[in-house]
Amino acid sequence: MSAPRLLIDRVSKRFGPTVALDGVCLEAAPGEVHAIVGENGAGKSTLMRVLSGAIAPDAGTIQLDGAPYHPNDPLDARLQGVAMVYQELSLAPHLTVAENILLGFEPSRRGVLRLAEMHRAAGAALARLQRAEIPLDARAGDLPVALQQLVEIARALAQADTRVLILDEPTSSLARDDVRRLFDVIAALKARGLSILYISHVLEEVQAIADRFTVLRDGRTVGSGPVRGTPASDIVRMMAGRRMDELFPRSAHAPGETLLELDGVGGAVKPASASLALRRGEVLGIGGLVGAGRTQLLRAIFGLDPIRHGTVRMAAFSGWAPPHRRLAQGMGLLSEDRKTEGLALSLSLADNVTLSKMEGMGPGGLVLPSRQHAAAARWIERLRVRCRDTRQLARELSGGSQQKLAVARLLHHDVDVFLLDEPTRGIDVGSKADIYALIDELALAGKAILIVTSYLPELLGICDRVAVMHRGRLGAARPVAELTDHSVLMEAIGQV
Amino acid sequence: MIQPSRASIGQWLARNSWVGPLVALVALYIVFSALAPDSFPTAGNARTMVRQTTVVGIAALGMTMVVILGGIDLSVGSIVAFTTVAVAWLLQAGVPPLWAALGGVLAAAGCGLFNGALITGLRVMPFIVTLGAMGIIRGAAKGLAHEQKIDAPLSWLNDLISELPQGSRWQLLPPGVWLLIVLALVVGGVLRYTRFGRHIFAIGSNEQTARLCGVNVTRVKTLVYTLSAALAGIAGLMQFSRLTVGDPTVASGLELDVIAAVVIGGATLSGGEGSVLGSLVGAMLMTEIKTGGTHLGLSNWVQEIITGVIIIVAVALDRLRHRSAQV
Repeated sequence: MSAPRLLIDRVSKRFGPTVALDGVCLEAAPGEVHAIVGENGAGKSTLMRVLSGAIAPDAGTIQLDGAPYHPNDPLDARLQGVAMVYQELSLAPHLTVAENILLGFEPSRRGVLRLAEMHRAAGAALARLQRAEIPLDARAGDLPVALQQLVEIARALAQADTRVLILDEPTSSLARDDVRRLFDVIAALKARGLSILYISHVLEEVQAIADRFTVLRDGRTVGSGPVRGTPASDIVRMMAGRRMDELFPRSAHAPGETLLELDGVGGAVKPASASLALRRGEVLGIGGLVGAGRTQLLRAIFGLDPIRHGTVRMAAFSGWAPPHRRLAQGMGLLSEDRKTEGLALSLSLADNVTLSKMEGMGPGGLVLPSRQHAAAARWIERLRVRCRDTRQLARELSGGSQQKLAVARLLHHDVDVFLLDEPTRGIDVGSKADIYALIDELALAGKAILIVTSYLPELLGICDRVAVMHRGRLGAARPVAELTDHSVLMEAIGQV
Repeated sequence: MIQPSRASIGQWLARNSWVGPLVALVALYIVFSALAPDSFPTAGNARTMVRQTTVVGIAALGMTMVVILGGIDLSVGSIVAFTTVAVAWLLQAGVPPLWAALGGVLAAAGCGLFNGALITGLRVMPFIVTLGAMGIIRGAAKGLAHEQKIDAPLSWLNDLISELPQGSRWQLLPPGVWLLIVLALVVGGVLRYTRFGRHIFAIGSNEQTARLCGVNVTRVKTLVYTLSAALAGIAGLMQFSRLTVGDPTVASGLELDVIAAVVIGGATLSGGEGSVLGSLVGAMLMTEIKTGGTHLGLSNWVQEIITGVIIIVAVALDRLRHRSAQV
């Protein structure tokens, strides 16, 4: 084996009393895709911030091609050949593609831009990704998300001698088709001898693209090895200290009367047509590709989007109703986007939990903070949300805890029908397991649960019945026992 | 896979946000000309309107940079007043006019450096810092002037934006207006064709990204607030030229006119967007409404209502345009 491109040796970093990194070791060779996996809070992002020069480690050494590597700031890191593509797309939407690619490195003479040279350099960077057709003069914000991500990768490669490329959850906002294209790009870069650090929650992706993996837990390296020959269940056990099949609880649910009934429901654009019947005590899943119209279906049911045709019947109520009436009818929606839609990040946990229902929080319509906190504390404890107390702000929580908080609001409201849109997206395995257990518990308690998820094992693991949406049309719901990964996928892409 | 289509007309409009206000400017010119055919559409009136736009126009150049950066500068009016006082004070002390003018502008730039240093150093919101600075600088101007107007000996500084005398009509426009035009070309060029200019857009569009890409955010911000204040100082020089005295109470509320001009011109207060041309058209539009209203004999309060409506309509149309361009 050749000398390592990147050698991380016993790197540690603490923030006050918190130990974020505790002697992390990692080794990546040239032309290797190295996956870094771990739960939220395991130290992945701290390690990436160290590598990208945003923070300096307290102890330990890092070597790049045998030479000590201690970047002062992100610019310095880029100059030394380590570039990072962030999970939250970090383009400047108002600048053009070319300006974004060369941001911070604009070719100029005495401060005046050399436009021809800019075009040439940016074009060359895109050509290296075989995507020269992306228009250099388009505003970055006008491009589809997948192309924006390629522009970011092009930016990382614009430096002549980029040797290490760090991709942080690169597929979290991509459709399946674009994921495949991204993998082609990664393979091409790998063939050119770049080392790629690939951070992901999604083990299927890691198995598809990575050569080796390193698992972080609690700031430590707990395992490392070749991806081929290591079963996914082993990696999950290293990540969480638990087995994969223990993730999905499977109690026998006894469905009762129908609570929610859709008949040919169509929205402004999507969904085109959806019919289903959701009963008490059952978990009904909706599968399909990103963009099939599943989120829009939930939004239309909940009254966030208009319904153009078809009927919705919720318990004794018929027809479209706005969200406040839906809540009154006993229906709640968990948004797929907890940061911008699901939570008020600058408010306390107590405010977030009690936001939709503040009745009975004090005499004469008053809302007493002490009662808010008491009400919230009950659910926070029940869901095991990791926090200091209910006065803490929602934004300070980890992704998994935030998601539990959003669920706690529905529980506090005591709804009967739960519309859950991607309830476990981007959260750690431990929190996932907690949420699966909770969904199971709710079904046992006679609640009705409608779940939209893009994660196949989850769809088949926790649902009683599954319907698949393809281009706005919802297929018939079938018992999960009759389905396989393959059959759901085929239906999702319209090959039935 | 969605391929980016070639820029449609909607996208062209969305990118060149000065087109809408320019259309409004021309349309209103035609309306006022039709309603007051004897007095409004004359060369003399056009020159008067341009002269009256000079103060707001020059200050708007600086504000354009600040707004593109995603900031705001509420201290502009106070800086204008402070500059008139400083220039008058220097002239009264016997300093030659050129040096007095430079001294005034330099003092103004100092105010901007103060703003920029506080905003970047203390990480306080620009709205708050410049709100405070608005009071501090206004107070300092009043203190320097002992709460009264400062008389200054007459000099060529008083002719910067006055109507040209008979003998020098060949100059077409008074020197202050030429200065506005030159400054506009310079600021526009800097925004479009220099690294500094593109970094201003980058910070306004996504500050985090700019920092990660190695843009020296602190330096760019400080420089922009300093330049904005220096331009406000030049606007103050024009104000002094018209007043012939240093008046610490002048230009109160001017910052709102300047911000309105920039916003009418298509800039968004969240940053990343704006143009020099748009801001100047916005400034002209406001002068045009005032002048046209006067020619039609409309009361002051009617003009104020119309201006207010224009601001809201301009921004609302801008939002609509953006939405249609996205699909």
